[in-house]
Amino acid sequence: MDFGNLFANYQEAAAMILFALGFSNLLLQKNLIKKIIGFNIMDSSVYLFLALKGYIKGHKAAIVVDGIQSVNAYINPIPSGLVLTGIVVSVSVTALMLSLTIRLYHRYHTLDIDQITLEVKKGGY
Amino acid sequence: MELFFDLLLIFLLVCAVAVSLSKNLLNSIIVYMSFSLIMSVIWILLESPDLAITEAAVGAGVTSILFIITLKKIHAITEDKKKKNEEENHE
Amino acid sequence: MSKRVPKERYEKTRSYRFKQWLAGTKDPFLDNVEMKPQKEIHEPEKLVHEHELQHLQIVEKAYDLEHNAQIRLFQKLYNVFSVIFCLSLVFILLVGVSYLPQYGREDNPVNNEVSARYIEQGLQETGAVNIVTGMILDYRAFDTLGESHVLFLATCTVLILLRKDKKKKQETAEYNDRIYEPKNDVILQTVARVLVPFIEIFGIYVILGGHLGPGGGFSGGAICGAGLILYLNAFGFVKTERFFTGKTYKCMCFGALACYSLAKTYSFFTGANHIESVIPLGTPGAILSSGLILILDICVGFVVAGTMYTFYVMFRKGGY
Repeated sequence: MDFGNLFANYQEAAAMILFALGFSNLLLQKNLIKKIIGFNIMDSSVYLFLALKGYIKGHKAAIVVDGIQSVNAYINPIPSGLVLTGIVVSVSVTALMLSLTIRLYHRYHTLDIDQITLEVKKGGY
Repeated sequence: MELFFDLLLIFLLVCAVAVSLSKNLLNSIIVYMSFSLIMSVIWILLESPDLAITEAAVGAGVTSILFIITLKKIHAITEDKKKKNEEENHE
Repeated sequence: MSKRVPKERYEKTRSYRFKQWLAGTKDPFLDNVEMKPQKEIHEPEKLVHEHELQHLQIVEKAYDLEHNAQIRLFQKLYNVFSVIFCLSLVFILLVGVSYLPQYGREDNPVNNEVSARYIEQGLQETGAVNIVTGMILDYRAFDTLGESHVLFLATCTVLILLRKDKKKKQETAEYNDRIYEPKNDVILQTVARVLVPFIEIFGIYVILGGHLGPGGGFSGGAICGAGLILYLNAFGFVKTERFFTGKTYKCMCFGALACYSLAKTYSFFTGANHIESVIPLGTPGAILSSGLILILDICVGFVVAGTMYTFYVMFRKGGY
């Protein structure tokens, strides 16, 4: 493990820690809504990591200005394109999970996932 | 600019911890909203204005609205139940 | 005129035998299978009742959280193991990051010939000043088409999950509105009257300027949808349903997706057969430039705006 490199890359390390925080939310929280928020945090951390990979210090955003078309002027446009589509998809995923949560609440009158599993096992349905 | 970026990263981590530690659901949703706004500032600093606009409109706007309306739905049902229980008790 | 086959001959045909075999009344290789239904076992009601009571007792005992040591042990172990798992995950990821190349350097392996090609040739090949838009709506337009379909499918699924019966809907909608919607809230309505036109115009500007600057269909569509949601919150369903119902959404979404597919089919067809495309690229920087990108942007904007608004309406009311 290269600690010097890790401290030089501390932005990416922060993105990874963010991912782990979201994942621990997903595992340890019992409330469904908090689980969904944890999922969203994981999403954001992955996007942050991708965008950090494409960033180049001192370069400008990938919009052609004054007809300059050289690699030394602009950042890498590919991660931006990937993340742009990812953000919009994450909204639809969130909406889907929230609607499932509403259905579960209607059925079992609780948001606690443990209680829901207990009721499922108890009632046999 | 470097220092500002580092501060924002620290704020992101603090927000992520605060979401999981807060007891109130509405609190954690609003903290998540601020998380998204900070993300949109970070996109600006990372030179991707497309992402910043999308994140501000989608992450901080629509997603939070969906979360809050879900909470509304859920509280509506509990209030309904409480009212019914009260009526039964009165009778 | 159809021929009437006598019953005996019909019973010998293959299709009839196949049907019988499917229904399980006859085995085609043997004679008739005996199809006597099994006798139902009639337990006395008292016994059934007792069995149910016993079952309930067992279930109660097994899932009593406070007295069942096994479940409590399992929960403790689950917590401990999940913490260990998260820590090991973050350790592995940090080890991975520590071997990555330095952040923000020009000579990173990520910045290879693909991005160089997009930057150096993008303006000539797509005509879009914004390289990201040129990339996602021209080089990778197929990907964006799939993404729009993902949004549409998500709305369909949410509709399936949250739809309510018409009778129920009317009752609960009335009830919900009375409690939670500040009907005719003066502050909200005044602010919305001022803000909504500006938000919509800004959204349309972002959609139309997708190839000239930051923006595009996704962000502009989301802004338009947010403006519609504000309008709905201020003035209620009666006013929005004058111009935006489920039918409008359907027409808008289908139209936009079909337009997108047709436009992209044309461009793939001409590109694959080396035919010159009729649509000119125009001068970069002008609003009517960059070929199909403007049309595709508008299509994507329609889909996204409709999707955002529809999500909100579904969650609020359960269907239009």
